[in-house]
Amino acid sequence: MTRTQTAGSATAAAIDDARAQGRAALVVYLPVGYPDVDGSIAAARAAVESGADIVELGLPYSDPGLDGVVNQEAMQAALEGGTRTTDVLRAVREVASTGAPTLVMTYYNPVLRYGVDRFAADLAAAGGAGLITPDLIPDEAGEWLEAAEAHDLDKVFLVAPSSTTERLYLTVAASRGFVYAASTMGVTGARASVGPKAEALVAATRAAGAERVCVGLGVSTGDQAAEVAAYADGVIVGSAIVRTLIRPDRDRDAALEDLRRLVGELAEGVRSARPLTSGGPRR
Amino acid sequence: MSEQTPRSAAETALRDAVGPYFGDFGGRFVPEALIAALDDLSTAWDKLSVDPRFVERLAALHRDYTGRPSPITEVPRFAEHAGGVRVFLKREDLNHTGSHKINNVLGQALLTEQVGKTRVIAETGAGQHGVATATAAALFGLECTIYMGEEDTRRQALNVARMRLLGAEVVSVTTGSRTLKDAINEAFRDWVANVETTNYVFGTAAGPHPFPALVRDLQKIIGEEAREQLTTRIGRLPDAVVACVGGGSNAIGIFNAFLDDPDVRLVGCEAAGDGVETGRHAATISAGTPGVLHGAKTYLLQDEDGQTIESHSISAGLDYPGVGPEHSWLASIGRAEYRPVTDAEAMEAFRLLTRTEGIMPAIESAHALAGAITLGRELVAGGADPAQTVLLVSLSGRGDKDVETAAEWFGLVDSDAPTGEHEDGSTSA
Repeated sequence: MTRTQTAGSATAAAIDDARAQGRAALVVYLPVGYPDVDGSIAAARAAVESGADIVELGLPYSDPGLDGVVNQEAMQAALEGGTRTTDVLRAVREVASTGAPTLVMTYYNPVLRYGVDRFAADLAAAGGAGLITPDLIPDEAGEWLEAAEAHDLDKVFLVAPSSTTERLYLTVAASRGFVYAASTMGVTGARASVGPKAEALVAATRAAGAERVCVGLGVSTGDQAAEVAAYADGVIVGSAIVRTLIRPDRDRDAALEDLRRLVGELAEGVRSARPLTSGGPRR
Repeated sequence: MSEQTPRSAAETALRDAVGPYFGDFGGRFVPEALIAALDDLSTAWDKLSVDPRFVERLAALHRDYTGRPSPITEVPRFAEHAGGVRVFLKREDLNHTGSHKINNVLGQALLTEQVGKTRVIAETGAGQHGVATATAAALFGLECTIYMGEEDTRRQALNVARMRLLGAEVVSVTTGSRTLKDAINEAFRDWVANVETTNYVFGTAAGPHPFPALVRDLQKIIGEEAREQLTTRIGRLPDAVVACVGGGSNAIGIFNAFLDDPDVRLVGCEAAGDGVETGRHAATISAGTPGVLHGAKTYLLQDEDGQTIESHSISAGLDYPGVGPEHSWLASIGRAEYRPVTDAEAMEAFRLLTRTEGIMPAIESAHALAGAITLGRELVAGGADPAQTVLLVSLSGRGDKDVETAAEWFGLVDSDAPTGEHEDGSTSA
């Protein structure tokens, strides 16, 4: 039980709202700047309208070590299109105005370069909820932990099937908003199945004190979302959503239609997982 | 310069720095998924490195397989161009597989056995580390996958064939800039997915802890041998030690034994490509800023948003926008100095050593030779007695792999003859 997890967190509140409806939250990832900055904002807003509870906006990075091919290529295109860190902050402002808690998922170096405290201040001012940091573990996060505290932001750290019990405790204690459970050992990208390790990891993370655990990596369909929603507090979908935006014909309206359809299917998935009577996840 | 300077107390010795931090640099900026594997490696290495059976096995491999100790060679005809000072080369070019890379991979192959894994992966730029890793994998019966940027597989086609002959799978990386940095990204992605069976044999003294310290420990034999050889030969330590720095493993390997001898200058030569002022270079410490890349806080080439800037160098092995964190630290405390050396300066040094001594250096190592030329002249201009001035240069690798690049640079390619066709393997001696 960690008291810091709830205080002031709109992300936590959104997950709790979903739980009150007897379902898991749907968390959607989109990289800013793909197909361009305005296009990514439109996509994120469409995702919220179609049932996403929480949005993760990716800050494109030149060396995204935890991302699979789809996200890599989208980020590279975003950078080639001239996307800047300040564009990400603008996107946060526009997406957060929908009311959906909006997190930034970013590798550490762009934040370090911008200035950790300055980034936190500007993110908070834009209405952002916090950061998800795939290559920053709490052990190395001193500066970010301070800045998050000072600006009342969520700190979403990752746990993995390889995390030891000791590290689960450490990561849970440092996190606010939710804990991001990486379903498999691997990079982002759609997979045929989410894998058996995710459920055990969620249980172990809860045992280490986490109140909210969302599962990401490999979820791409409504059925998979339903499967994960049966044991997790939130289902995170990234590459599969990004893929709807990749169209050789560059027809943006058609892309947004596909995105809405997929998010709608995923939103149904998280609702079909368990009957309302079963209440929230057991801990 | 006095006789051997007494080393400072063990607890404060620079050469014993263990990480994860070197001053403000280093650390582990990697996904949580890899932390358990990095912890396992750290623990295994702490145990193994002081295990007498391991020390003996590695020593036997160095002696019987690599051909260590590598000699030191005085090069007086070359030294005439360096102000007439005395120049000694530490001959890592004579090692099996042709460079210092073998020192690291043999140790890491033993470590792979120790942690019970059956597969190794590695990144490679010029192909030297890939060839060395494939060699160790063949020797130890390990499965082996090498990641190499598509751009580099084209530049170093012969080394790709060499790795495949050794039984390795070579994956051509087509993401990002398609060079070394992207090969490292791809190797990390493989490692995250396959960490239960696979050890990542990192090629240089960079990356997340424990790699900088681990690779340094495996490369420090270069400096330890050279220190003893030179002391035996001339009865004193050198005035300066010069080495090229990409990631920086041969440099940290030769510097280590001299870190606590404050009278010995340590000079790292970074690749300045077309010149630092052109922006087309790989001079990370000379022209970069601190940040995080490939798991460590260190100097790197980045734009104002923290995006990595692609590096440029004629030498694929130095063509890297980051550098090992220990070098960043040594630069920040002023213990070592880092200087830029352009493609043109390096190629002139390549030509000089080849013509005056009959030793063809790797283009990487030619950067160190160019640095020695400049330094020797500076010292003599500053009043040093050339006969009493001694430079030790790390000749980290041999130039066989660079013949085509050098022939092109010097205009020796017959324009009628299709280039590269002789490199089908049939001529390798």
